[in-house]
Amino acid sequence: MEELSKEEKKKKRKNKEFVFTRESLKKKFRLSEFLAEKVISSVAFLSIAVIVLIFIFVFRETLPIFQTKDSQKASTEQIPTSTNSTGGELKQESYGGTETAEPASNAPLKQETYGSTGSETPASGGEKQEQYGVVTDSNLAAMETSMPEVHDTARESMASQYNENQSALRTLASKDWQPVSDRPRYGLLPLILGTLKLTLIAILFAAPIAIMAALYSSTFAPKWARETIKPVIELLAGFPSVVIGFFALMVMATLFQDLFGYASRLNSFVGGIALSLAAIPIIYTITEDALNAIPNTYREASLALGATKWQTAYNVVLPAATPGIFAAVLLGVGRVFGETMIALMATGNAAMISANPFDSIRTLSATIGAEMAEVVFGDTHYSILFLIGSLLFIFTFALNFIAEFYIKGKLMKRFQGKS
Amino acid sequence: MKEIKIVAKDLSIYYGEKVAINNMSIDIPGYKVTALIGPSGCGKSTFLRTINRMNDLIPSFRHMGEVTVDGLNIYDKDIDVVNLRKKIGMVFQRSNPFAKSIFENVAYGPRINGLKAKGQLEEIVENSLKKAAIWDEVKDRLHDSALGLSGGQQQRLCIARTLAVNPEIILMDEPASALDPISTSKIEELIHQLKESYTIVIVTHNMQQAARVSDYTAFFYLGELIEMDKTKDIFTKPAKKQTEDYITGRFG
Repeated sequence: MEELSKEEKKKKRKNKEFVFTRESLKKKFRLSEFLAEKVISSVAFLSIAVIVLIFIFVFRETLPIFQTKDSQKASTEQIPTSTNSTGGELKQESYGGTETAEPASNAPLKQETYGSTGSETPASGGEKQEQYGVVTDSNLAAMETSMPEVHDTARESMASQYNENQSALRTLASKDWQPVSDRPRYGLLPLILGTLKLTLIAILFAAPIAIMAALYSSTFAPKWARETIKPVIELLAGFPSVVIGFFALMVMATLFQDLFGYASRLNSFVGGIALSLAAIPIIYTITEDALNAIPNTYREASLALGATKWQTAYNVVLPAATPGIFAAVLLGVGRVFGETMIALMATGNAAMISANPFDSIRTLSATIGAEMAEVVFGDTHYSILFLIGSLLFIFTFALNFIAEFYIKGKLMKRFQGKS
Repeated sequence: MKEIKIVAKDLSIYYGEKVAINNMSIDIPGYKVTALIGPSGCGKSTFLRTINRMNDLIPSFRHMGEVTVDGLNIYDKDIDVVNLRKKIGMVFQRSNPFAKSIFENVAYGPRINGLKAKGQLEEIVENSLKKAAIWDEVKDRLHDSALGLSGGQQQRLCIARTLAVNPEIILMDEPASALDPISTSKIEELIHQLKESYTIVIVTHNMQQAARVSDYTAFFYLGELIEMDKTKDIFTKPAKKQTEDYITGRFG
C-alpha cells in the first residue's frame, strides 16, 4: 500500500512539474510599475535637490563679503615686491577680487592698500599711501575724509563697496542695525536676540494652549466637541499669515496697549501672541495625532487600575506621546522662527536689544522681507541679507538636529525606561 | 456554592441597537475561580467588562437590570467608578504594560493612590512581582523598559500591576490567548495561587484551560447564560445538550 501511494505521489509530482517551469517563472518586466517607481524616486530626490540648491544659492549670495577679505590678504602680500620693482614710480592698485572688481590694468598711478592691518607698511617713496580697512571708529572717520581724494567715480564706488564689505564684517557683532546710513552698521545681534525673544514668547503662549487643547479633544471631549474643535483649529492653520498680521496690527495692538499700558504700540508681546495664533494649529494638530496614536490599551489599563481620566492622561498618555509632542512644538518653533509677515507687521521692526517683552523688536526674517526689495543688487547690504538667510537656515537645521538627537537619546529613556 | 460575591440580576446589555447580553442572571462565588466559556461574540467579555464598568467607555453602551458586588449595586448613581475599579482589577487579553520601566509599571497603581514613600513603593512592587511569579526574572532590571520583556513576562507584569493596587476581584479577559504553552502554564499556576486571596473571573476560549484552572464554569451562548456549575460537573455531566456539544467540540 505504502509503495503504491508513493508511486502515486510521484506521478502527481510529475504531473505538477509543468507548473514550475523556467517559462512560467521567467522574470517579467513590468513597465508601468518600473516607471512609477522611477518617477516617485526621482521626485523624492528632486525635492532634496531643490532644497540643496536653495541652500547653495543663499550661501553663494552671502559669500562676497567673505571673499573680499581673503583676496585682500592675497593682494597685500604682493605689495612689497611690486613696489620694489616699480621703484615707487608706478602706482598700483589692488582691489579685492569681487565679481564687480574690474581689472586693475587701467588703474591710475596711485597705490591703495585696503584692509591691511598696517603692520606691513608699504614703501613710503613719496607716493600717496592710503590705508583703508582698519575699521575702528577713528579709522572710519579718517577713511571718509580721505575718500574724496579718489577722483575716479567708478573706482570710488568700488572702493566704497570694498570698504563696506570690510566694515560690514566688523560691525556684524555690534549692537546696531543701520544698513542705510553714511556709516552703515550691520549688527546682527539685535536681530538674532529679537527673533529668539519673539520665538520664546510665541511658543510660551502657543505650546501650552495647543497641547492642552489637544489633550482635551483627544481624551476628555465628548464626540461632538472633538469633531468640532479639530477642524476649526485646523482651519486656522490655513489662515493667511498676512490676515493674522493685520489683525494683530489693528486690533490686538490697541487692545493690549489699553490693557497693559506700555509705551510702544507694536512690540514683541503683540507679535508673539499673533505668531502663537499661527503656531497653535500646527502644534495642536500634531500633538493630537500623537495622543491619538497612543494605543487605547494604555488608557484601559490605567483606568482599570482605578486611575481617573486626568491621572491617565497626565501619567500615561502624555508621557507616551512625549516624542510626538516635542516634535510638534519644534515644528511650531520652526514656523514662528521663519514667519515673516506677522513679525513684519506686528513687532514694530525696531532693532533693539532689551529683555522687556513690551519693547519693539526686529526679526531676522522680517528684516529680509522688509529690506530685500529695496537693496542694490550685489551690494554689501544685499549680501548681508543673504547672510541672514543663511543664518535662518543654519538655525533651523541645528534645531532639527538637536531635536532628533534629544528625542532619541534622552526623552525616550526618561519616559519609557531604558530599552 | 457559598459566599456569593458578584450577582447579576436580569441583566441586559445593548450596544446601540445590538443586544449583547439578554436578560441574564448569574451568581459568582467569592475566592474561587470562575471561568466564562462560550463561542466568540456570546457576551462573556461584555459581561466581564460590565463588572468593573469598563463598558462605560463605550458611548453606545446601555444596560438594564442590576449587577451587585457584595450586595451593592455597582451601577447605582452615586457609585464612584474610579474607586470601584481600584477594588476590581482587570487583566486584558493583550498584555498592555505602559511604556515605562518595570518598576514604574507596578508602582503606577499605588502612586496614583497617593503613595509617595519610596520604601513602601519598593516593598509593594517587590511583593506584587513575587506574587505574580516574575520577581526572579526581573529583579535585576527593574528600571529597564517593560516593553523589552517577552509576551508572557509582560502579561505576568500586568497581573503584578493589578495586584499592586490590592483589589478584591480580578477579572481576566483571555489572559493567555496570545501566549506560548510555557507562559500559559505559568499564568495558570499563578491563577491557582491567587484564588486563595482573590475572587477571579476568567474568560477563556480554551476548554482545557477552563477545566484546569477554574472551580466553576459558566457557559454563555448568544448573550444568554446556558449553564453554570462546578467545573467538574460541567465537564463530566453537563445538564444541557448545548453545553455538552460545545465542550466536546461538536458545534461552535
